Amino acid sequence: MTKGFMPKENHQILFTKNRLKMSKVTVVIDGRKIVADTDETILEVAKNNGIEILTMCHLKGITDVGACRLCIVELEGSPRLFSACTTHVADNMVVTTNSERIKRYQRITTELFFAERNHMCAVCVSNGACELQNLGYKVGMEAIRYPHLFPQCDVDTSHDFFVMDHNRCISCTRCVRVCAEVEGAYNWDVMNRGYHIRIISDFNTPWGESTTCTSCGKCVQACPTGALWSKSIVQGQQSKHPEMITELVERRSMKL
Amino acid sequence: MSTGKTLPIADLPQDDPRVKQLNIKIKKEGFKPDALIEILHNAQNSYGYLPLNVLQYISKVLKLPPSRVFGTVSFYHFFSMKSKGEHTCLVCTGTACYVKGAQKLLDSIENKFSLKQGQVSEDGRLGVQAARCIGACGLAPAVIVDNEVHAKVIADDLIAKLTSKLEAHEQI
Amino acid sequence: MNRFDFKNIVQAEKAKEQNAHTKNKILVCCGAGCISSGSEDVLKKLQEEIKNRELEDVEIIPTGCMGPCNQGPLVKFNPRNTIYQKVDCTNIGEVVKSQIVDKKPLEDMLLFAESREKPFVNANEDPYYKKQMKIALKDCGDVHPERIEDYLLHDGYKALDKALFEMSPEDVIAEMKHSRLRGRGGAGYPTGLKWETVYRYVNDPKYVICNGDEGDPGAFMDRSVLEGNPHRVLEGMTIAAYAIGASKGFAYIRGEYPLAIKRFEMAIRQAKKMGVLGARILGTDFSFDVEVRIGAGAFVCGEETALIASIEGKRGTPRPRPPYPAESGLWGKPTLINNVETMASVAPIILNGGEWYSEIGTAKSAGTKVFALAGKINHAGLIEVPMGTTLREIVFDIGGGIQGGGQFKAAQTGGPSGGCIPVEHLDVKMDYEELMKLGSIMGSGGLIVMDETSDMVDVARFFMEFCVDESCGKCVPCRVGTKMMHDLLQKVCENKATQLDIERLEELAVYVKECSLCGLGGSAPNPLLSTLRHFRHEYDERVHAERKSSNLIH
Repeated sequence: MTKGFMPKENHQILFTKNRLKMSKVTVVIDGRKIVADTDETILEVAKNNGIEILTMCHLKGITDVGACRLCIVELEGSPRLFSACTTHVADNMVVTTNSERIKRYQRITTELFFAERNHMCAVCVSNGACELQNLGYKVGMEAIRYPHLFPQCDVDTSHDFFVMDHNRCISCTRCVRVCAEVEGAYNWDVMNRGYHIRIISDFNTPWGESTTCTSCGKCVQACPTGALWSKSIVQGQQSKHPEMITELVERRSMKL
Repeated sequence: MSTGKTLPIADLPQDDPRVKQLNIKIKKEGFKPDALIEILHNAQNSYGYLPLNVLQYISKVLKLPPSRVFGTVSFYHFFSMKSKGEHTCLVCTGTACYVKGAQKLLDSIENKFSLKQGQVSEDGRLGVQAARCIGACGLAPAVIVDNEVHAKVIADDLIAKLTSKLEAHEQI
Repeated sequence: MNRFDFKNIVQAEKAKEQNAHTKNKILVCCGAGCISSGSEDVLKKLQEEIKNRELEDVEIIPTGCMGPCNQGPLVKFNPRNTIYQKVDCTNIGEVVKSQIVDKKPLEDMLLFAESREKPFVNANEDPYYKKQMKIALKDCGDVHPERIEDYLLHDGYKALDKALFEMSPEDVIAEMKHSRLRGRGGAGYPTGLKWETVYRYVNDPKYVICNGDEGDPGAFMDRSVLEGNPHRVLEGMTIAAYAIGASKGFAYIRGEYPLAIKRFEMAIRQAKKMGVLGARILGTDFSFDVEVRIGAGAFVCGEETALIASIEGKRGTPRPRPPYPAESGLWGKPTLINNVETMASVAPIILNGGEWYSEIGTAKSAGTKVFALAGKINHAGLIEVPMGTTLREIVFDIGGGIQGGGQFKAAQTGGPSGGCIPVEHLDVKMDYEELMKLGSIMGSGGLIVMDETSDMVDVARFFMEFCVDESCGKCVPCRVGTKMMHDLLQKVCENKATQLDIERLEELAVYVKECSLCGLGGSAPNPLLSTLRHFRHEYDERVHAERKSSNLIH
């Protein structure tokens, strides 16, 4: 009846080993042999070893969601592509981050970002200091080969200190996650589905009327583009410090 | 199931039977935030749609952030924050019905009533919707008029049925 | 309630049945299809007829779907299994008189009378039924879906009894592995292996989820099982819970299926009362409770991780995998998710043995598959056939051929995640691998038949529009990529596309397929890729047409 079936004792040994319990593994990334911990993601291991993997929705200190699909990598033994930010390393994993296929797809993703909303760098507060712009340079984007969707997007200036310009939003949801996980205010969330999604405050009410926002400004720092910006700066002079959020999260977990 | 919690002082009239229903459902679900969708179904069943003040009430009682409630409501096409009309006409546009001419049905409704799918007439008496598949594929094309499923629908019959429903209302 | 009491109840029901002296059972199909055709009125009229004629040895039973929905309303007379079609309030009297009083079948109203030289008095002899093999759908159409006692008369909960008292959880899993059953929701993942994986995680509490979010347009198999034989699904869930060590289960049912929701909730209440669900089932230490959760109009919630998010009360957006739900699912705990049809196959497998099941079907795909036949086909409705049955047999021998007398052009399988099978491949043996070779997938079982009037480019556009509407919006490839592909397909349909547009379409299709976060985006390009492969000329014709008009410019 139970031919070929492992006795339960062995199972317990196999699967109570919790991912969070650290143990060393050897992985190969782009031909380089690296020793890492099992609680690390491929992205973390790569970063710690000087291997650059493109990201957008990733921000250290908040949960990774694997949404932008820029950090896709190939794993030997599987035809699928995996997001490096959400996939943990395992012993003998062989990772490729820079194949022609991956580079081609990253380029397409970037072009789709630009075509989806209304990104006009020349008049943007983040011109010259924008992660989306940098991405464009990194992938060598020279033209956007897809027709722009030109959606009707609002600019919400109702808040005393900040502005939310949906024309420049790429729906990375870093603002949503920062507000939920770091500040705990839950002012931002996403509404609708598909290409109709928009970042909203409370009941899709003006940000200035929010009953949850604490005006902490973390979302502005987390936002990679000029979608969220501070009223105190002018065009082309915004510089953001998302690393402040990473440091804040680290400090909170320390007992000083 | 009861947690022994009493409901907070409400912004909704507590003697409204729909509010009573809602309170019972929330209590039955133990005030758990993950019962949000079940509770929204209950509210929409009672009110016909989800008015903003009902969502505000649910948000307060379940201690869920408003943005979470709104994000969830707007994600699921079942939920509507606008009244769907006194009489509803839902045309199935699933593959089987599409192949059998569902688009013609929608076109004939638009011709007669000037309503596209997702629209409600100015006087609120007729709302037209399209669904992706209602699971009655053996009887394509299918239309649901006021909760009654009609099979193998022909455009002329549908228009006649809707017209008579609207006229009946007038006579009252 | 313990095992002994339960067995006594079953005995008592069987005895009641024996002593009831009902020579005639009249079963009225009350599946969703026949209800829309008016079978509830027929049921009432039938009750009147029986009363008026003072017929005493007759029992009337409303049942779930009998199969050929297009011929409904259907009424079946047992013990001879005689089925009458297109029964309504005006002709039911005649049927009753002929069948019961005169003891003669009314030939021109028998099932398929219009297309058979001599219609069959015993419907099981009709090639429509003869070529089928009912396992998941067994008893659907025979059992009263709202009476657990009727389910007991059809070996109900016998499998659960066997599992609890004669088998260990490991034995149950071994049997499921032996059966080679594969997930019927579409992915075809080996069920036994899935159960074993969840079983191995030691992290309580564990959950069992039955995926009833049948969103494929054209698919209504799960609906029919949930409405027609809910206890069979519940029994499957309970056996699964016993095997993997779960104490709580959820049946996630589409909001568009109110009858299924009502019947399943009723089944849960009845099962608890009977002691086959709830605390200390049949007197053992095993407890398992099930709750219904209602979907709210999101196709993406059929995806496992999105479904989990929905049960957690959130937006139904999928999560990257790994980790898989078996390791970290509902509220981070090990979760088993299986489709309705998969769950409905569990009890027969436990009762008859995995060996029995594995000998049906093909080398890679064991057992049977339920297909929902729709579109330009004469016998639209539900069928269940062994894996390996050819498409030709399904469409012509069982399906009755093309409605309206046209030519077969293509069969769409797998809904918006699948592809079209053209006439050259009519002899394909329907199983997971063979369909994948042709660029389609088995999917949940929707099978739409198209004739020469169907425009294949428009079919691709229709399915892409569906994916654009249903995309959750989380990842860029699906959110923006499907929209771009749809707009390009629209251009092709309007004869405005260029050759470059077709190339863009093909490039985007591969990109979206490989880069998307979940299966919705991952399979959204399939109808497009499939029609490009098998009906390329329909695309080329439209592009050339454009070129021709632009030639006029010089």
